[in-house]
Amino acid sequence: MDLKDKLLSSFLAFENNVDLDHPVHEVRSEAIKTFEEKGFPSKKEEAWKYTSLNNLQKVDFSIFPKEENTLEFRDIKKYFLHEIDTYKIVFIDGVYSSYLSETTHDGVDVCLMSAALTKPQYKPVIDVYFNKVASKDESLTTLNTAFSREGAYIYIPKNKVPKKPIQILHLATGNEAAVMLQPRNLIIAEENAELQVIERHQSLTKNEVFTNSVTEIFAAKDAIVDYYKVQNDANTASLVDNTYISQKDNSVVRVHTFSFGGKLTRNNLNFYQNGERIDSTLKGVTILGEKQHVDHHTLVHHANPNCESHQDYKGIYGEKSTGVFNGKIIVDRIAQKTNAFQQNNNILISDKATINTKPQLEIFADDVKCSHGCTIGQLDEEALFYLRSRGIPKKEATALLMYAFANNVLQSVRIPELKSRINKIIANKLGVRVGFEL
Amino acid sequence: MAYTEEELKKELETKEYEYGFYTDIESDTLPKGLNEDIVIAISKKKEEPDWMTEWRLEAFRAWKEMEEPEWANVNYEKPNFQDISYYSAPNKKPKYNSLDEVDPELLDTFKKLGISIDEQKKLTGVAVDIVMDSVSVATTFKKTLAEKGIIFCSISEAIQEHPELIKKYIGTVVPQKDNFYAALNSAVFSDGSFCYIPKGVRCPMELSTYFRINQAGTGQFERTLVIAEEGSYVSYLEGCTAPMRDENQLHAAVVELIALDNAEIKYSTVQNWYPGDKEGKGGVFNFVTKRGLCEKNAKISWTQVETGSAVTWKYPSCVLKGDNSIGEFYSIAVTNNYQQADTGTKMIHLGKNTKSTIISKGISAGHSQNSYRGLVQVNSRAENARNFSQCDSLLMGNRCGAHTFPYIEAKNKTAQIEHEATTSKIGEDQIFYCNQRGIDTEKAIALIVNGFSKEVLNKLPMEFAVEAQKLLEISLEGSVG
Repeated sequence: MDLKDKLLSSFLAFENNVDLDHPVHEVRSEAIKTFEEKGFPSKKEEAWKYTSLNNLQKVDFSIFPKEENTLEFRDIKKYFLHEIDTYKIVFIDGVYSSYLSETTHDGVDVCLMSAALTKPQYKPVIDVYFNKVASKDESLTTLNTAFSREGAYIYIPKNKVPKKPIQILHLATGNEAAVMLQPRNLIIAEENAELQVIERHQSLTKNEVFTNSVTEIFAAKDAIVDYYKVQNDANTASLVDNTYISQKDNSVVRVHTFSFGGKLTRNNLNFYQNGERIDSTLKGVTILGEKQHVDHHTLVHHANPNCESHQDYKGIYGEKSTGVFNGKIIVDRIAQKTNAFQQNNNILISDKATINTKPQLEIFADDVKCSHGCTIGQLDEEALFYLRSRGIPKKEATALLMYAFANNVLQSVRIPELKSRINKIIANKLGVRVGFEL
Repeated sequence: MAYTEEELKKELETKEYEYGFYTDIESDTLPKGLNEDIVIAISKKKEEPDWMTEWRLEAFRAWKEMEEPEWANVNYEKPNFQDISYYSAPNKKPKYNSLDEVDPELLDTFKKLGISIDEQKKLTGVAVDIVMDSVSVATTFKKTLAEKGIIFCSISEAIQEHPELIKKYIGTVVPQKDNFYAALNSAVFSDGSFCYIPKGVRCPMELSTYFRINQAGTGQFERTLVIAEEGSYVSYLEGCTAPMRDENQLHAAVVELIALDNAEIKYSTVQNWYPGDKEGKGGVFNFVTKRGLCEKNAKISWTQVETGSAVTWKYPSCVLKGDNSIGEFYSIAVTNNYQQADTGTKMIHLGKNTKSTIISKGISAGHSQNSYRGLVQVNSRAENARNFSQCDSLLMGNRCGAHTFPYIEAKNKTAQIEHEATTSKIGEDQIFYCNQRGIDTEKAIALIVNGFSKEVLNKLPMEFAVEAQKLLEISLEGSVG
């Protein structure tokens, strides 16, 4: 049985465990129909030209974990940003772990999707926001929508700021041979609210994991959302991350994606600007080796005047890794005075590495400033020589230059501890220890 | 003269197609429709050898299995391939030895087009192989060229007289089954140009062909083959205008360039086919496959000015097979009213130290859509490949669109690839600056557009540069909204 059929039949089992009368279930049934029609995307589709899910579909994933697993904090401490105090929402094999988590209802809601989807007090919010910005015809998104039950639910009311950043951690224990996870997150920042989220997916063993995650983010007027995705997973873990962001007037949303690992990672990051004077920032650092594959697929839809977007993706590709960047900016006819900027720089450090990049502009308004730049190149030989002539070994010199290359992106990280953590991961990745932080 | 924007816009919109006329020449036309019999009939009419007929049939069979491509960013009503007549030749020939023998009506047409043959012959030194309704009727300067060993003739003539060259090279760069339109062209091509430059010869003049579409309901399927032997050089010009017509006309040409070791080919195009009226009715469909193959140290340079056609779908490409070969692409694409253009290039780096440059300027006005679509591919063995791409778009008014779809694929760590794109409009301050200095708005726009396109215009041979500038002015002046 292929994965699609398996998912379709699992849906029937899934229905036994959820409230069929809840309006959300209608959304789910609608979504499974769409998925049934579309199936998994193939390489024939333009959006999936460079990324194939064929191998994943051959794996016999278990759709629902059979048993609940527990983990000790000390075993997984290193996956947290533990230097600072944070709210934590932790899932083990897709199941919420109350023991490891720290949620709150104190003025703000940092809790669970399962609660939000079932408890009546959340219904007004769910009615307004759930599945409202997520695509209704992208097949993997609809697949997630159909199975949406668990994930993080964050609601920040007007003028509120949570006391500390929020960490969302998805752990896979590998107690089963292969598991498929479908977390569904909903994040709402009401007017003038502000929050910071760090999200990480981590597999703890060599067993295969396939995560198909959907996150919806709503930023109301004047809201500020910082979202950090840390992707440094095991080489047997695959992730399709679908993030949909809807922004209102004057809001600022910044999404940073740090891709350092995983077997196959696909980031679908979609910004929809539904107001004026909006600022959207999309940044990413990708450093890959082995046979890893990362595909960044971004969309910024400028639908209103006077908005800005900034995109900056840097990639370093070694060994047999493959990098894909597909950035699309759409500027609608009415979106005059748009300022859209997109940059993608890549360094290939191995003969076997591949980079495919496709920055696209679709512009229908005339009074706009839109540009994109894209480069593929090597480290500057002369800069390398300069460093080495001053006694810095080649390896360290190379690492220094790569740091410098990625630094633009790191500069806008607003949690210092996270920044130094990312620096450490980069150092690890490059196999060096430079005695200072950049 | 003080124009207001409104007036300007109106004038531009009502500006009728300047070269829209229709010559009444009896044509020898095949019945509409396409099947194996038609393909054989075309081949027979051209008195082609059997291998050529078979080659066409092979292409036709492949075409039948293919589907029309839909990936381009254009919308149009698909042509009905069974409603097209695939062959029409001006009836009143045989070939002429001197211009006096040519049908005066035809000469008149040329005059309207501004290609007075005798004048060109004497003044510009350009050998013109005029293609009218698919059969070449006049070839000049053949003698001068023949002395150097250069073969410049219609492709049907070449099939008769130089079958060994045709057999060796046709379909090597654009195979019959390459794509839907290339297959169609391979099956039914009626005529085109053939050019062969022998080893070490530098072609003394710019070779040029003028294509025209005439005769209602006739599709035009040109096939051009240019072969530059080792160490040779040729500059080839191609220009087009078409009569006004209400129903859409299909044009699916194939151009193959072969530059052997150390050879250089410069291929320039000015395309000004009927773009349809201001409501977007009528106009030519231009679905062209152009590709060049570079051997060692060879260079192919494509320059194009695209102002016409209702729908353009065109990607002149370079396969940089030999080490140290160079590919260049310079393009200006102007769209107005309801025109749609999806154009760009492909640079395939296979050899070591290969270089490519892409400069693309898109100008859209009215309700038009202008897309750049390009591929830069560096293969794993292409050490030290270098590419620079620049795509600039200029938008006039807020009802048009400018799009860029660059594909960049690198499989070699020594590759250096740069791509940049910008989108902008003509600044009010720029126009104001010109107005201040006594330059009216219309002129100011022409000035700015010319400046915007200068990098590409500079690459055109003299004869074309003037014409191209004129075209830009006709297509755009004052269309700022």
